[in-house]
Parts: sequence; C-alpha cells; structure tokens
Amino acid sequence: MRSSLSVALALALVAPTFAGEITQNRTGDLKENWKEELKPEDDAWKSVDQTFRFNNGTEPETLDLHIMTGVTENRLATALFEGLVSQHPETLDIVPGVAKSWTISADRTVYTFHFRDDAKWTDGKAVTAQDFYDSWKRALTPATTCQYGYMFFPIKNSEAFYKGKITDFNEVGVKVKDAKTLVVTLTNPCPYFLHLAAFKTLYPVPMAVVTKHGDKWTRPENIVSNGPFQLQEWVANQQITMVPNENYWDRKNVRLKKLIAYAYTDPETSYKLFRQGKMDWCTTIPTPKVDEIKRLPDYYAQPYLGSYFYRVNVEKPPFNDVRVRKALTMGFDREIITRDLLKGGQIPAGYFSPEMLGYKPPKGLRYNRVKAQKLLAEAGYPAGKGFPTIDLLYNTQESHKQVAEAIARQWKENLGITVSLRNNEWKVYLAEVDKRNFHLARGGWIGDYVDPNTFLDLFMTGGGNNNTGWSNKRYDDLIRGAAKSGDQKERFKLFYEAEKILVEDECPIIPIYIYVNQGLLSEKVAGWYENVLDHHTYQYIWMEPVE
Amino acid sequence: MGSYLLKRLAQVPVVLLVLITTTFFMMRLAPGGPFAGDKKMDPVIQKKLEEKYGLDKPMLVQFGKFLVGLPDLGPSFKNKTKTVNEILAEKFPTSAYLGFLATMFALALGLTAGIVAGVRQNSGFDYGSMAAAMLGLSLPVFVVGPVLALIFGLYLKWLPSAGYDGWSDWKALILPTITLGLPFAARIARLTRAGMLEVINQDYIRTAWAKGLSEKVIVLRHALRGAMLPVVSFLGPGIAAMLTGSIVVEKVFAIPGLGMEFVESAFNRDYTLAMGTVILYGVLLIFFNLVVDVLYGFLDPRIRYS
Repeated sequence: MRSSLSVALALALVAPTFAGEITQNRTGDLKENWKEELKPEDDAWKSVDQTFRFNNGTEPETLDLHIMTGVTENRLATALFEGLVSQHPETLDIVPGVAKSWTISADRTVYTFHFRDDAKWTDGKAVTAQDFYDSWKRALTPATTCQYGYMFFPIKNSEAFYKGKITDFNEVGVKVKDAKTLVVTLTNPCPYFLHLAAFKTLYPVPMAVVTKHGDKWTRPENIVSNGPFQLQEWVANQQITMVPNENYWDRKNVRLKKLIAYAYTDPETSYKLFRQGKMDWCTTIPTPKVDEIKRLPDYYAQPYLGSYFYRVNVEKPPFNDVRVRKALTMGFDREIITRDLLKGGQIPAGYFSPEMLGYKPPKGLRYNRVKAQKLLAEAGYPAGKGFPTIDLLYNTQESHKQVAEAIARQWKENLGITVSLRNNEWKVYLAEVDKRNFHLARGGWIGDYVDPNTFLDLFMTGGGNNNTGWSNKRYDDLIRGAAKSGDQKERFKLFYEAEKILVEDECPIIPIYIYVNQGLLSEKVAGWYENVLDHHTYQYIWMEPVE
Repeated sequence: MGSYLLKRLAQVPVVLLVLITTTFFMMRLAPGGPFAGDKKMDPVIQKKLEEKYGLDKPMLVQFGKFLVGLPDLGPSFKNKTKTVNEILAEKFPTSAYLGFLATMFALALGLTAGIVAGVRQNSGFDYGSMAAAMLGLSLPVFVVGPVLALIFGLYLKWLPSAGYDGWSDWKALILPTITLGLPFAARIARLTRAGMLEVINQDYIRTAWAKGLSEKVIVLRHALRGAMLPVVSFLGPGIAAMLTGSIVVEKVFAIPGLGMEFVESAFNRDYTLAMGTVILYGVLLIFFNLVVDVLYGFLDPRIRYS
C-alpha cells in the first residue's frame, strides 16, 4: 500500500516562466514515444479472447455528455467519446486527443487547438472545430440543463452565458478559426485548463444527431460518437456492449475486440461473479468482506481524489466557538478509523485537499487529547460538562455508521461529550444538509479534476456546497487570487495558506480521511493502471494469457 | 354473476384513483427532490430542469396533468432517455416470468405436500412436511436466498448464484424461483392440508367411500375441489405478490426486474417511475383478487353472486 499520494500525483506542468507562445502536443515528463510503453511486449495476447468485462455498478442514466453526472456514465463516455485532449492512463498527464497539438499564448489565456486530420465520428464524418463550438454552446445553454457547466467557467464569458446574463454565444471565448483550428480564450490564466478540456463535459457531441433525435440521440440506434469504441448493444439493467470504432484515428492501437459493462448494483453480486470468472474488473468491493478480499492477488487499492469529513454548523452554539471546533478536531485519533475500522488503506488526514501535482496540503490539527481537553475547558465545558448532545447526521450506510460510532466513542472518552447519531436516507440527508439542520454532518467530496481548486473553492462564502455557514474573507481572497494567477508555485502557496485557515485556524470542517478506491482486477488484464481519478482508458487495455 | 362482475369492475377506477392520489402526494411530500445531489446545482439550471419536467407548476396542476396524460406515465426523472412506460415494458416481463415460475413451483410443491399430509393425517410425512412448511413460512427470503446461492452457486457450483441474461438463461432462475416460491408453497401446503381435513370428514366424502370409489378418485375429484377453496382465496393476492413482490429476491440474485426499479425509484424520488410501478402493482392486485372471486363461484356451488 502506498503511504503517500505524492508518487501518483507527481504531475508536472509546463514551466510557467516560458516567455512567448508555447507549442505542445503533450504535457508533463512524458517521453516522445510514450505510447510505445503502453504496448504488449510480445504477441502472446493474440492467442486469447480480447474481451474485457467489468461491472459498471448500475444502469447509466444517460450517455449524453452534457447531462451525465456520475462515475458510471463517465466510464462509458471514456470509451465512446474523445475530447480535444486526453489523459495518460497512468500519470494522467495531458496527451493529444482530437487535437494533435496546441499553442498557448505568452499570457497563458489563449489556447489554440490544432485538430488532427483523421479524427472522425463513427458515421465517417470528420470531427471539426465547429463540432466543439456547437457542443460547448449546447452545454452552456441553460435549457440543456448541463449540471457540470461550471467546468467551462475559466473560459471567457462562459459563466455569464450559462447563467443567462448574456445570450449571445459569440461573446463567449471560443472561436472557430477554420475547420481544424479552435481558439479558446480564458478570463485568467488557468494552469489546469487542459485538465478541464479532458473532462467529459467538454467532449464533443454530434450536433446533427442531437438535433434530429432530441433526448433520444444516445439510444443505440441513433448514437454517433468519436471515441475508440462504439456502442453495439444496450440491454437495459444488464449490460452494455462496445466494439472498436473502425473510424477511430488510432484504431491500430486498440487491441480489445469487445468491451462489456455490466450493471450490477450489489457489490456482493459483482464479487461473486468475479470469483466465478465471469468478470475481469470489479470496480468496487463488498466492504464487509475487506479482510477476505485483501488476501486475493486480484485486489487493488489506489488512493483516490476524494476527502471524507464532517461539516460543522458554525452558526449553532456552541459550535460558533472556534475552540470547540478545534477541540472536536483534535479529540479523536483518525488512525483508529483508517487502520482498525476501514482497513482499505485510507489515508488519515487532518487536511481537506489531497496531495496532488506537487501541492502539499498543511498537516492540519493532529490528535492531541490534552490540548483538546484544555480548549474545551477554555470554551466553558471542562470535561464536557454542560456540553449539549451533538446531533451528528449521516446518510444511511453501514460504513458511515461505523465511522461515526468510532468517533463518538472517542469524544465520549476523551472529552466527555455525548453524540447522538442520526441517519437519514440519501435524499432526506441532502435536504437536511442543505437546510443546515445539524450540528455535524458527514460529507464526502470527490475532485472533478486534478487541482486543489476543485476542493478548496467549496468553502468560499456562499458557495452552493459550503453548507457550514462559515465565511472568511481572507480565505475567499486567497482562493480568488489563486484563480487569477498563472504561476503554479504561487497558486499552491495561496491554496496552502487558505487550507491552513480552513483546517488549522477556523475548522468549519473536521477532516477525517482521504479515500481509496478498492476493487478487483483479473490477472489476465494488462495495460490497466492505478490513478487518483480512477479513470481507466480502455484503448490501452488488452488481455494476456494466464495459466 | 354478470351484474356482480360489473359492480366490481366499476369499483376499479375508484380504488385506482385513491391509490394514485395518495401515492402522488406522498411522493411529493417526501423531503428531497429528484434532482437533489451531493453537488449543488446552479439555481438557473435547477429552474430549467423543473420547467422541463413540469415541476415548476403548482402541485394540483401537476396532478391534473398526470391524470389527463394517463396511460402515458411521462418521462423517468432518473433514466434521462426513457419514458416510464418503456421502463415498465422492459422490466415487468422478467418479474412476471419469475413470478409465474414461482407460482407454478409453489402450487406443485404446496398442493402435493398438503394433499398427502391431509390424507395421511398424523403420519410421519404429515409431521415432517408441516414442520418444513412452518420453517418455509418463518424463514425470510433474504436468508433463504443467500444460503441457497452459497450452497448451490459458490460451493457446489451447480447453478449460477447471481445475474440473468434473458429468457434463454433459465438456469439463472432456478434458485430465485425456489427462494420466491418457498414461503408460498408453505402457505399453500398448510391451507391445502387444513382444507383436506375439513372436507374429508364431510358426508359427501363418506358417501363416495361408501360407493366404493378408489382413494385416488375420492381425493383428487371430490375432496380436492372443496379443499382448494382457501387456497384459491389465498392465490389472488399470492400470485400478485409473487409477480410483484420479488423485490428482495431480485436484489439477492441481481435479476433486473421491476421490483428493483420500484425500490430505487422511491429512493431516487423518481416520481413518475414510482407512480408507474405503484399503479401497475395496484392493477395486478385488483385483477387477481377479482379473478379469485369469480373462480370461487365455480369451485363452490354454494356461492352464488347476485
């Protein structure tokens, strides 16, 4: 088990000191021939059935890139569509997609994407700059109801258009220079813009097909896509079968002949089928069986770009007192949760944003019983005397309950505080959190892209997902400053300072651990890599013979 | 008979309307809407979504629109590309097929055991089968299912323990059929036995013995008809329950049927899909109860509808 995220997250970005225009066809430390490293060493693979079967967890809600919101849908979109750029399957470095190269202006606000000539849709038509223009216009048009519209926001005027403040899409910073050139203008330099461009919401949809079929364009009989695979069959609630897209520009490097995504919702079922050899990749494991499963050679656990924490309702006394919040944060040992309870390699964390891209978050407040007791006494509750019973809210799930119980027990022992656990079914829980009807509420946040901003902008004043009632001007300014800066070092300094306020000085949240993604991968599978986004690019996967 | 049937049929819309109204408003009173998620939506988009699905209108208007739209149940809130009617048409056959198999299994096992136990009262078979029936009744399906899957699926590897690939995949339905059918078989066995015991001492059976008829004829032709009455009355809601009530079984064996949709739709606040499943279940329940009432008249000559 990896103890630190830093190895996986060592994504280098282009040196920002470069003066003048920069031409790229990939970012990071990738070698010129990076694709060679993703190939099989010999031809042994040719002797086995190149079918890769995995459990996708549930029936996808849609294949419409602008409507989809979940991991399930994302896994399918990875196979079926391709954006301007893609990610290296292991390092997540940006690699060419539909764009074979791009240039970035000296002030880092204008990106010019040069399309490859052989990028085609499954119907044989070329993928053009106009396709992206039309797709992005559709995504940002409010009536499309694209929930991930904010992924476009670094692009000039996109937010205003999305929120209906301007109605002329020509004002938005995207221009078609010619059929093979797309120019994107940003409001501020945004070092992670290419990572946004690799996000599914910015992938192209076939507008002619969308216009013709409306909501039904993603049905198997209608769908046209531009990725390495194409949809062959969709049996509702059972399986989705994909085969290589013969028109894909890199068809020669796609080795799988068939890609099957099952829709089993129960991890237990999925595990059973995996053990029976009916599946090659289990994307989750039944957590109660973690001890048994960990012994299997097929088990893997990869750090995940997600944070598990408790929100504190800072407007309800006594939680308006920072000393109380600090006492709670310091009053329990996170190691007990991760090591003895969850056992999946979760990283105990006093910070909120995971390490990434060389960003090192502050340590946060560590477990310190004595100090916690002292702080609580200072706040007027020596040994927890007179402290009200804490109302701790979580959504109904066994593991949330166990974590809450373990923390409550420690608070009782260490601080003399009593906690009353309250579980609500998911939608009720969401409504309660939204109404801030709690003292403490369990929270989980999964990053959308590899940049601390996806975590830290959560707790800006009035943020839709803040839900703590906490507001800090300095914090807001730091996050805004980071958004405006093009210098990665400076940005990370600002983020660090902001996160320090969040987890060490003010504590409107109690960080608990950084997620891991656990699953089972058959030994037959090659070309599948662990990474923090749990993104797996099927076009590099193949099946190896195993005795 | 005809007028009785008409009267009963006339009640159907009333019952359905009550059902629809209750479900409609209860669903909407539940906290959290279909679009609530862990990432808060932009208010502009939230508004557009509500407009798209007609949720921006007052609740009574929504209700009226829904009623007028029937039998079109509208689009699903969760599955963005399908209508509720399509989902029901897709999922119900699987549940119905499983329910049909389970009914057949329950009838075959329950009737046989019940008849033999009734005829051979206080025999070893009687005690044995009734003890087994008691067990079958009291063991919940979420225990029986996994245990069967464990034994026959994982240890013996005779049958698949989960999953279902369509009609040809009959093997996958064996364990679910048994799991679903067992408690019903147990009920049927007990009801048949009780019915048998009651009938077997009646005068017309004694007459049949006196006539010198064979045991087989007496039991199957004379006694069974009377003994079936309680079974038939149970079969009405019983079959409806097996056709629709396979929720847990579908979950345990990962069979993509309607039961799963029903539960999920409630959790997801998928108003239209929840509505659709409730209506379908309601219709089935009403229908089978009606069939039972009609059958009664044929089985028991003493009952006359007027």
